[in-house]
Amino acid sequence: MKRLLALAVSGLALAAAPALAQDMIVTNARLVIGDGSAPVEGGTVIIEGGKVVFAGKAAAGQTYATDVVIDAGGAWVTPGIFATLTSLGLADVSAVGDSNDIRAGNAPFSAALDASTAINPTSQHILVHRAVGITRAATTTQPAGSIFAGQGAIIDLDGDANAVMQPRAFQMVNLGEGGAQLAGGSRAAAHTLLRAALREAQALVGKTGTPQTTEIVKDDEVLLGRFDAEALVPVVTGKQKLYVAVERAADIRGVLALKKEFAQLDMVLVGVTEGWMVANEIAAAGVPVIANGLNDLPESFEQLGATQSNAGRLMRAGVKVAINASTLQDPRRLQQVAGNLVALTRMPGATGMSWDQAFAAISSVPAEISGMGGKAGVLKPGALGDVVLWDGDPLEVGSVPVKVYIGGVEQSLESHQSRLRERYKDLDESDLPKAYDR
Amino acid sequence: MFADKKMRAGTGALATIVSALALIAGATAADARDKDKKRDKEAETAAPAFTAKRESDGVFSSTYKPYPGVATALVGATVFDGRGGKIENGVVFFSGGKIVAVGGPDTQVPADIAVFDGTGKFVTPGIIDIHSHLGDYPSPGVDAHSDGNEATSPTTPEVWAEHSVWPQDPGFSRALANGGITALQILPGSANLMGGRSVTLKNVPARTTQGMKFPGAPYGLKMACGENPKRVYGSRGRMPSTRMGNLAVNRQTWLAAIDYANNKEAKRDLAKETLVGVLKGEILVHNHCYRADEMAIVMDMAKEMGYKVSTFHHAVESYKIGDLLRENDVCSAVWADWYGFKMESYDGILENAAFLQREGACVVIHSDDQNDIQRLNQEARKAQKAGQRMGIEISDATAIQWITYNPAKAMGIHEMTGSLEPGKMADVVLWNGDPLSVYSRPEKVWIDGALMFDANDPKRRPVSDFELGQPGEGDVK
Repeated sequence: MKRLLALAVSGLALAAAPALAQDMIVTNARLVIGDGSAPVEGGTVIIEGGKVVFAGKAAAGQTYATDVVIDAGGAWVTPGIFATLTSLGLADVSAVGDSNDIRAGNAPFSAALDASTAINPTSQHILVHRAVGITRAATTTQPAGSIFAGQGAIIDLDGDANAVMQPRAFQMVNLGEGGAQLAGGSRAAAHTLLRAALREAQALVGKTGTPQTTEIVKDDEVLLGRFDAEALVPVVTGKQKLYVAVERAADIRGVLALKKEFAQLDMVLVGVTEGWMVANEIAAAGVPVIANGLNDLPESFEQLGATQSNAGRLMRAGVKVAINASTLQDPRRLQQVAGNLVALTRMPGATGMSWDQAFAAISSVPAEISGMGGKAGVLKPGALGDVVLWDGDPLEVGSVPVKVYIGGVEQSLESHQSRLRERYKDLDESDLPKAYDR
Repeated sequence: MFADKKMRAGTGALATIVSALALIAGATAADARDKDKKRDKEAETAAPAFTAKRESDGVFSSTYKPYPGVATALVGATVFDGRGGKIENGVVFFSGGKIVAVGGPDTQVPADIAVFDGTGKFVTPGIIDIHSHLGDYPSPGVDAHSDGNEATSPTTPEVWAEHSVWPQDPGFSRALANGGITALQILPGSANLMGGRSVTLKNVPARTTQGMKFPGAPYGLKMACGENPKRVYGSRGRMPSTRMGNLAVNRQTWLAAIDYANNKEAKRDLAKETLVGVLKGEILVHNHCYRADEMAIVMDMAKEMGYKVSTFHHAVESYKIGDLLRENDVCSAVWADWYGFKMESYDGILENAAFLQREGACVVIHSDDQNDIQRLNQEARKAQKAGQRMGIEISDATAIQWITYNPAKAMGIHEMTGSLEPGKMADVVLWNGDPLSVYSRPEKVWIDGALMFDANDPKRRPVSDFELGQPGEGDVK
C-alpha cells in the first residue's frame, strides 16, 4: 500500500442547517445528478435551508424567491465528491510522526480506536481537498498493532468546528497479507484472531459496564483488548459496517464465507485487486466494494491479477463499486481515476465505465456505501446542499472547481498552497523580500 | 624471507615495481643497467597476468538492437514534434528505424509503405521518464527485490543501478502500453548523498539489462539532498545527521575525487571513477532535492568543485528560484501534484512547472512511481492547466515537450531521441486522442521504428516471464 495522506475534515451535525447557508438557485447548468444518470443540459439546482429542494430541468416561466442566483453559463455543476477511504484530518505531514494520527502501533488498543476523536477540521489537507470539490469523506485510522484499524468517521470538509458527521461509522480489518503479518505471521492467524474477537464481542452483547472479556496478547502486544472486544459488539450485531481490506481472489472468498458464521455482519470489501476473478460471487453476496481504481501491477503476491479493468468488470457483474482513494497519491486524484476508467471504454479488451457511472463511483456510490445514501454525493431533493461549479469537465485532468458549496455554504478555496501560489506568481523583490509579499 | 619469497613469486606489474624500487634505493650504475635490461626483458615476455578492462574499453556494454520494422507513415493526425511544434493534419514518416520526414499534409511519402490514417488521432515522440526505479524496485515489491538503495554508506558512487535492474519487472510493459514510454532513466534511491550511477534504458523487453541499455546514453550520478540521507545515517549515529553534515560529506568526497583525478599513480577506485566522470562532464548529475534553499547550496557546491548539475529531481520548491535555475542552466524534474507527505514537500504547489516555464527555466515532468509513469501525459496536463489559470501561456506542444525533448536533453540523449526530427530514432506514439486528455491512451508505440505495442493486437503486448502462468497473464492491464 502506498502512503495514506492524512487530510483534515470539518463538519456539521447532519441535522443542523449550516449557519451561513443561503438559499440559492443555480441555473443554466450542465447538471450532473451523481446517481449515474446522464447530465441534464440547461439544468437547475435549488438549495433551501442548506438542502437540495430541486435538481433537474426546470419548467419554463417559473419564478422563485431566493437569496442568490447563479447563472452557470452552461458550465458543469455536480454534487460534491465523496472520498473514501481517506485519512483526511488525521495527519498534517504523514512523515512527521508528531503530526500523524493515522497509526497507533504502540497503543494497547486497536478496534476501540475512534478516528473522530483525532480529526483536525482545519488541516491543510482538508482545505486543499475541498478546493478540488471533495465535500464529504470517510476517514479512518489504519491497522498497526493488530488487524483492526479502529472506527472510521464520516466527515465534511467545510472547515468549521464540527468535522464529524457520523463518528464510528465503520470498523475496518485487514485480512490480506498486511493483516497476516499483524496477526503474527499468517492468514490463518488473522482469520483466527478475527473469529476470536467476534466471539468475544458476541459474549458482550447486551452487557453493560466495564467489558469483562479475556485479552488476546502476544508478548507485549495486545492483539485484542477488552475495550476492543466491546468496540466490536456493533460489528457482530450488524449495527456498524465492517470494512475488510482484502486483495486476493481466494481471500475474498474467505471473507464472503464469514457471513455463514456471523450472519449479521454488514461487510464492505476494500482494495479487492483480484475482485474481477470472483465478481459473480461478490455480486451474489450483495457486498459492496471500495475498489482500487488503476492498480495494474502485481505489486504483491495477493495482487497478481491486477488490472485497470477490475472496477468495470465488478460493476458489470452487478457489484456496487466505489473508487478507493486510499491507494492514490492523494484523494484529489479520484476524478482522474474516474476519467481513466472512462478512457478504458475505448480500449479493445478492456472494461471501463461510462462517464455517468464513473462519476457516480466517486459521488453517490461511496456515499451510499458510507451510509449517506440520498444525503451526499447526489443532487436530489432532501440531499445536503453540496454543489460544485467547475471550469471544465470534472473528470478531465486539470479541471478544477470555481465554486464549492457545502451544506449550502460557499467555501473558501484558499489554503497554504494558494497563498504560496499568489506570493510566487512573480519573483519581484525590487522593493522588499518575498516575506513581505502577502 | 617471507617478503623475498613474495617478491620472487611476483610477476608482471609487481616485479616491475620491485626493480624500480631497487633503482631508487641507490644501486650502482652497473646494477641499474642490469636491472634495466632485466626489466625490459620482463616487459617483453611478461605482460601483466591480470588486468581489468577500463570503461573506455567497453564494459557492460549495450547489446540492444532495434527490432525489425517496416517503413511507415502516419497521415492526417495532429503532430506534436516534442520541441514545441504542432502540425495539424500532419505526416510522420519513418523508415529504417529513423524519422525520415515530418510535416504537413503535403509531405511526400513513398507509395508502397504502410500508411496509418491518423484522422482524429495524435502523434508524439516516445514519452521519456527521467526518474524511474523500474527494475531496481520492481513488482512484486518484496524484500528480495529491494535493490535500489545501497544504504550502507552515505556515499556509494561505485554502485551502478544497471547491476540491480531486473528486466522482468512487469512495470516496463505497463509504462509502454499505458504511458507510451520509450526510454527511461533508472536511478538508485535517495538514501545516500551519492547513490550511484543511473542507467538509461530503451523500453524494449530483453532477457538481460544490457539488452535494454540505451546505446550511447551517458551515465548519470544520483545524488540526494535533505531529509533522506541525514535520516538514514543520523539514525545510525553516524554522519551525516544534519543538512550541514550532508554538505560536509559531499564536499570532502569531491575533494578526494579531485585528488584522485590529479594522481596518475592512483589505484583504480570505482567510486572515484564515477566522480571523475562527473568532473569531466561525461556523467550527468541528477540531484534529488526538494527545497529551494538547498538547491542554491548545491549549485554553489558544484561551482566550488567544478562540476555541473543536470537536473534537480522532486524539485517541489523550484518555483521559488526559477531565475536562479535558468541562470545556472539546471533543469527541474517535478511532479504535478505531489505535496505534503514529508516536511520538505510541504510547500509543493500545482503551479511549480508553470512558474519555471514563466522564468524560462527547463521543465521536466517525472514519475518516480510505477503507476504515474503510465500517465506522465496526464501529469503534464495538470501542470499546464495550473499555469494557464494563472495567465501563463503554455501551449499543448510545450506541455508535451516537458515529457519528451526536455527529459531527453537532461539525460543527454536529445541528439538521438526526444523529438520527431529527420535522422532521429523513430520512437513514436500514436494516441487515440489528445494525449493531454484523461480519455486518451496510446494506440501504437514504435521504438526505433519497430512496433512494440498495438492496442488492437494482443500479440503486440509484452508479457514478462514473471506473469506467465499466473492470474491475469496477458490481460489488458
